[in-house]
Amino acid sequence: MSNNLRFKTSKFIDETYRVSFKFNNKTYFGFKGDTLASALLANGIHLVGRSFKYHRPRGIMTSGSEEPNAIIQLHDNSSRTEPNVRATEVEIYEGLVASSQNCWPSVNFDIGGINNLLSPILPAGFYYKTFMWPASFWEKYEYFIRKSAGLGKSPKEADPDIYEHKYIHCDVLVIGAGISGIMAAKMAAKNGFKTLLVDEKSYLGGSSIYDNSEFSKINNQITSSWLEKEINEISKLENLEIKTRTSVAAFHGYNFLLARENLTDHLPINQRENKVRQRLLKIRAKKVITATGSIERPLIFDNNDRPGIMLSSAVKRYIDLYGVACGENNILFTNNDTAYETAMSLIQRGIKINAIIDNREQIDSKISYEVEKNNIKIYKGYTVVDTYGYRRINKISIMKLSKDGQTVIGDKTKLNCDCLGVSGGWTPAVHLFTQSGGKLKFREEDQVFIPNVYPSDQISIGSCNGDFGLEEIIKNTLSSIKKFLDIDNSEYKTVETISGLNQSKRNIWLLPSDKSIGKTKSFVDYQNDATAKDIKLALREGFRSIEHVKRYTTTGMGTDQGKLGNMHALGIISETAGTKMGEHGTTTFRPPYTPLTFGTIVGRNVGEFFDIFRRTPIHDWHVANNAEFENVGQWKRAWYYPKDNENMHQAVQRESKAARDSAGILDASTLGKIDIQGTDASEFLNRVYTNAWSKLAIGKCRYGLMLNEDGMVYDDGVTTRLGENHYIMTTTTGGAANVLGKLEDYLQTEWPELDVYLSSVTDHFATISVCGPNSKKIVSKVIPDLDLSDEKFPHMSFKNSKIDNIKCRIMRISFTGEHSYEINIQANFGKSVWEKCMEAGKDFNITPYGTETMHLLRAEKGFIIVGQDTDATLTPIDLQMDWIVSKKKYDFIGKRSLYRSDTIREDRKQLVGLLTENPEEVLEEGAQIVADIKKSPIEMLGHVTSSYYSPNLKKSIALGVVKGGKNMLGQKLIIPMENKNINVTVADPVFLDKEGERLNAKL
Amino acid sequence: MFLINCPFCGEREQSEFKAGGEAHIVRPKQPTELSDDEWAEYLFMRKNIKGVQFERWNHVHGCRKWFNMVRDTSNDQIKAVYKMGEKPPVK
Repeated sequence: MSNNLRFKTSKFIDETYRVSFKFNNKTYFGFKGDTLASALLANGIHLVGRSFKYHRPRGIMTSGSEEPNAIIQLHDNSSRTEPNVRATEVEIYEGLVASSQNCWPSVNFDIGGINNLLSPILPAGFYYKTFMWPASFWEKYEYFIRKSAGLGKSPKEADPDIYEHKYIHCDVLVIGAGISGIMAAKMAAKNGFKTLLVDEKSYLGGSSIYDNSEFSKINNQITSSWLEKEINEISKLENLEIKTRTSVAAFHGYNFLLARENLTDHLPINQRENKVRQRLLKIRAKKVITATGSIERPLIFDNNDRPGIMLSSAVKRYIDLYGVACGENNILFTNNDTAYETAMSLIQRGIKINAIIDNREQIDSKISYEVEKNNIKIYKGYTVVDTYGYRRINKISIMKLSKDGQTVIGDKTKLNCDCLGVSGGWTPAVHLFTQSGGKLKFREEDQVFIPNVYPSDQISIGSCNGDFGLEEIIKNTLSSIKKFLDIDNSEYKTVETISGLNQSKRNIWLLPSDKSIGKTKSFVDYQNDATAKDIKLALREGFRSIEHVKRYTTTGMGTDQGKLGNMHALGIISETAGTKMGEHGTTTFRPPYTPLTFGTIVGRNVGEFFDIFRRTPIHDWHVANNAEFENVGQWKRAWYYPKDNENMHQAVQRESKAARDSAGILDASTLGKIDIQGTDASEFLNRVYTNAWSKLAIGKCRYGLMLNEDGMVYDDGVTTRLGENHYIMTTTTGGAANVLGKLEDYLQTEWPELDVYLSSVTDHFATISVCGPNSKKIVSKVIPDLDLSDEKFPHMSFKNSKIDNIKCRIMRISFTGEHSYEINIQANFGKSVWEKCMEAGKDFNITPYGTETMHLLRAEKGFIIVGQDTDATLTPIDLQMDWIVSKKKYDFIGKRSLYRSDTIREDRKQLVGLLTENPEEVLEEGAQIVADIKKSPIEMLGHVTSSYYSPNLKKSIALGVVKGGKNMLGQKLIIPMENKNINVTVADPVFLDKEGERLNAKL
Repeated sequence: MFLINCPFCGEREQSEFKAGGEAHIVRPKQPTELSDDEWAEYLFMRKNIKGVQFERWNHVHGCRKWFNMVRDTSNDQIKAVYKMGEKPPVK
């Protein structure tokens, strides 16, 4: 450690606790309490990264979350590694490993630095302009562009850390624990409000906590001492919860805020085990007090980005808080009094200041006189015109500003330095306020945007509200909190302040240079390498909207979201375009304020908790019997049951054949089941289905098709009449929740007069479907008491029965075209009944089949699957299902839409069967269907919706939708694939047993 | 994220609710007697107002009741909530 850079200092650094860490493979030492940035600076390291576009050497610029340059890769272990971490926010711990980003082979020697020399040919919009021609080359360009895109490296392995979400409800949320935040929290908590105070830093007090200057005093005490007492007092308040290392990411409407609480990032890795790393706080506050402070502005001049050029407030924080001198030969460059506070902090420790360059001609404040008294040369009315030094600043040149500040005059003077602290005044941190929907106003005097109209019960106080002087901050905080909380201001009787600063400022957005603008590199957005020149170019090229200029030049689009330079961009735009600041507003402030890790966003919803799995009551049997599973909505459905190394195709062929040759069994428990009761139940069904229900006898089942009001097929399923006023409706597996919602909607809003009650009973029943020529024999073994004769129990009817004295409902319905029964029994008996069926079916080779075989079997019969063969653009007429649409019924949902001019068109896409010329060739689902391959462009007539090889028909079959398909029976069409064209013939969609002989066979 | 005062349950998080489009559009009693244009007006045409808008909402992860809401879309302020069938309490 370079001793001459570290000074005896504050209690924030524990000098007895040495911490070793690695940066770019070299070991360094810091102290407990250091950030990575302060520890690097103490080691004399400014150069930590390379800029995005030009690969220019970049150093630590700030001391907080606004940092644009010092973004690093944290951890070398690939599961924890994290890109784009701000070195200014990382608290060091023993064993920390970090490295520079966006450089190769090293940050000191970076091949990409050639881009800096090429910069004349890399203007704003370079990518847009260059890679447009020829269009076909894009794929080749893309490879290289992608390679150079992005800064850090993302981890390649699963995140080992634990994250969680937590809701917090409070009366008052105070964001920011600076001087005004502390005062507000105390006033709120002491007046009975349940208060939460959060701050992104690890300590409370903001920048006032290290303000030891004689020039700012409260009640005749040094500011930091006064504040420490206040902090001590509030930490004992019962009504107040304080969270440090907690950064508010988003401020949404209705005072809903998201904050990230960092719990373990400051601990050595071995102390983090089994602890939650970060917590996403979902805060609902009755009142919000925003005290987020302000961010110092840099100044925009030629080569203002060299390592060693920092915000003057950062220089001050590093020396006051961490005891670290950022340079041994300092120069400060300012347009306001802030830099003089920094100067005093350096002077107190005997650190050399070569000069202060001040844009202002007149400087009239106590603090500036005190600085002058210390024999520090102040160049009044001067500006920096250039800087020198590649990896670290070593010189600047300065010139006198003209009266109007638009040009420079006189001779150029060169001054040596190794650190240049710049101050362009302060920008209120209004990010959260505007996220919440707040409207800003522009204050001309000091060129800042400040809160104007509050959209919810909230208030901004302190410097984020545009109060910069100590007296103003305290006076206004007291009066506005008193009003906001409607309380008596008894906590603070009198607060006297003394400040040696005055608020005068000479604001020049883009400082003039002796060079033409085309020859300068005055960075506005450091991270994205957007310069003043780029912004001016964008305006010359016709961009006017601030949002367009932002995207064209990428100003403000880095991970720092332009916290430093956005104001200058706005200023340069308005100056160049000759408009007034504030006229065009600002770019949008979007959440998060600082980047969030994916882990924090996801919380515990990872792995098996990512989504809910719904398992049928028979699930364990499927698992035990080697089933492969398919996700259908949230359900895990048995897909197929491979035997002896069968692949999917082989298993499905075997299952499909067995179901038709002898017997198959399917777990249909996932089908949606809605219990419908009430005296108007029949009328209700009449209105929601396309067919008629009034005459359905008790004990009978009927297939129904449900439309949307636009006439398009929405859902289908069999509904059974259990009693006079009692039905059970089945829906598709995926549609169950939506169908219930839709039915409830109509009942509550359109037909509240109907006496109908709906209840979802999907999970209450296990449903087992036994099908095939031997199904009757099997079911009669399972339920010997039940008369299964066709006379007593015909197709499409239902019986109440019992299995081992447990009530069950048996439906004789079929989705396969085979004689089949559906057993519905209380869910917890599902598995045992399934096993009973398996046992009873042993002699008949009963074969469990999954969803794939179910799909194949129904396709042989031309039965549709809503959502596979339909896509919300098909009417029942398009599906050739005219038979199910009642002509007699006066009305049902979607009826009127079936004869709109568009729905009666003959050339709509219609469902047809497709047979391939080569019966072994199986089409790809989704493949396009065309008639004329030579036509250019080829006219797409439709697409394949279902396709299988049918073991029962011994040929390939497919369903598809084709324009005007209804009238194309027998016509030849073509399925163009990547390497071949497949010839198909349009066929009847019912491929097997059109007459229903199998269904009605005497067994 | 809104805090919505369900007329049946009281104040709840927006995540418990589902928006259901414009309110007070009554399904025609005799759809078959409407022209294509009249039917299309009912079926497709919805307002998208910047300002005060009448909306249907459903407390889908709560009581499952539908109700109406008056919301100013320009600032997301909820002016009123009221039950289905009731007249809007504000203009």
